[in-house]
Amino acid sequence: MDTLDIKAIREDFPILKREVNGKPLVYLDNGATTQKPKAVIDAILNYYTDMNSNVHRGVHYLSQISTDAFEVTRRKVQEFINAKHDFEIIITKGTTDSINLVATCYGQKFISEGDEVIISAMEHHSNIVPWQMVCESKGAKLKVIPMSEAGELDMDVYKSLLNPKTKIVSVNYVSNALGTINPIKEIIELAHANNTPVLIDAAQAVQHIKIDVQELDVDFLAFSGHKMYGPTGVGVLYGKEEWLNKMPPYQGGGDMIKDVTFEKTTYNELPFKFEAGTPNIEAGIALNAAIDYINELGIDNIKKYEDELLNYATEKLLEIEGLRIIGTAKEKSSVISFVVEGTHPYDIGVLLDKLGIAVRTGHHCAQPVMEQFQIPGTVRASLAIYNTKEEVDALVAGVKRAVTMLV
Amino acid sequence: MTINEIQDELIEDFSFYQDWMEKYEFIIQLGKELPLIEESNRIDQYIIKGCQSKVWLVPELKDDKLFFTADSDAIITKGLVSLMVKVLSGHTAKEIVDSDLYFIDQIGLKEHLSPTRANGLLSMVKQMKLYAIALQAKAL
Repeated sequence: MDTLDIKAIREDFPILKREVNGKPLVYLDNGATTQKPKAVIDAILNYYTDMNSNVHRGVHYLSQISTDAFEVTRRKVQEFINAKHDFEIIITKGTTDSINLVATCYGQKFISEGDEVIISAMEHHSNIVPWQMVCESKGAKLKVIPMSEAGELDMDVYKSLLNPKTKIVSVNYVSNALGTINPIKEIIELAHANNTPVLIDAAQAVQHIKIDVQELDVDFLAFSGHKMYGPTGVGVLYGKEEWLNKMPPYQGGGDMIKDVTFEKTTYNELPFKFEAGTPNIEAGIALNAAIDYINELGIDNIKKYEDELLNYATEKLLEIEGLRIIGTAKEKSSVISFVVEGTHPYDIGVLLDKLGIAVRTGHHCAQPVMEQFQIPGTVRASLAIYNTKEEVDALVAGVKRAVTMLV
Repeated sequence: MTINEIQDELIEDFSFYQDWMEKYEFIIQLGKELPLIEESNRIDQYIIKGCQSKVWLVPELKDDKLFFTADSDAIITKGLVSLMVKVLSGHTAKEIVDSDLYFIDQIGLKEHLSPTRANGLLSMVKQMKLYAIALQAKAL
């Protein structure tokens, strides 16, 4: 399939047919969460109707089929990001959970007083705060790669920050606030030349860009199911076998143990060592359907279409007087953040909502980004595969109308 | 006018507007008309932080009555703030503490008081009542 049939794709998403405030829904908040295709909704329904049972436990039939379905997802994820082994795929609650796992477990073993952790100036709070917490408890220092006015990382400063004390680099692939696609291949290569592992927050990338963890040679990769047409409450942490084996377990509980006595507990092997307790089974199983859905459309086809839509939206929005796009990197993906002179993002968001248009307003959990640009926040339109040029036109008309009312 | 009389008047004012956008045009108008607070009062002491828009609220006591002036960096929030000020400003502490702000619901703006709106408005209403409670406590 070379050109995607967007009209047919829209038919796959039941929610897109609904109205909001008496207007057809225009959903442009995909960076926060995407809508779900019928296949994913059916998978959740089917799980509870036909196979509900705890995984990795019982010898009985239902437990067997739910475990099998859950493990199918693990292998599907492995294939999707081209991991070497299925046990390198840890099923988590989401990106935040994945990052916290690495910060806690890697931090516990490998970060000591005086060490340094590198993040970037355009991180989501979930890739700032876990590292701050580790640095605080260990007496380590957080170093930040600065960015330009366009929202591109300063790679020269990055190079100068790397030193023997640098214990880990953790940056996002795509910025949720600006849409910048970061040069992660180069970031990883430079870190490895310094013997430093790298975590990539791919929450805003995995649904738009083909990811091959072996080709990238990335050490850890984190993403969420719900931003890639899958259910909420499930995410992935990919980790290289060698690192995952060296790290202590995260939480204690069922599933993560081999033997428990009051004197000593031995831990289960990968991936279960990091999966204490009953997971979000239905979400885990339904994630499989989401990845199938992306695979059927073809991630490269998705990217091509979304890039086209992003260019169209950028061009059209810039026709609005006083509108300034925040984040003008050369390489961008599916996110347009903007402010309009003389208006507050919140006001525009409220009025767009009344027109049935869902955007995100505010700081997008990236307050340091807003601080750099000296703005209280932005209006953010984030695109997905089911969005159309007509919807972009509706957004542009809505913003124009809001600005007329506000200024 | 009592707090409830003011509320009833506002409900009547809003009943003229059928369409959502008209309603918001009215709120924006109110926001634009609300006198700005003095720059010297736009300080942290008076700030009520929403996640997205900021509200400044300054209380003042005159003849046993509490008067409020307020401001916001977002115009719709400012319009909503102006409604709250209209309703609660110029009353005694007891009247403010005992008030039931039913007008918000009736004019269809309840969503703005939901914790998820993050506009600081819910905190502002709480703060207005807290000032009144503090004043009552002082008088005892």
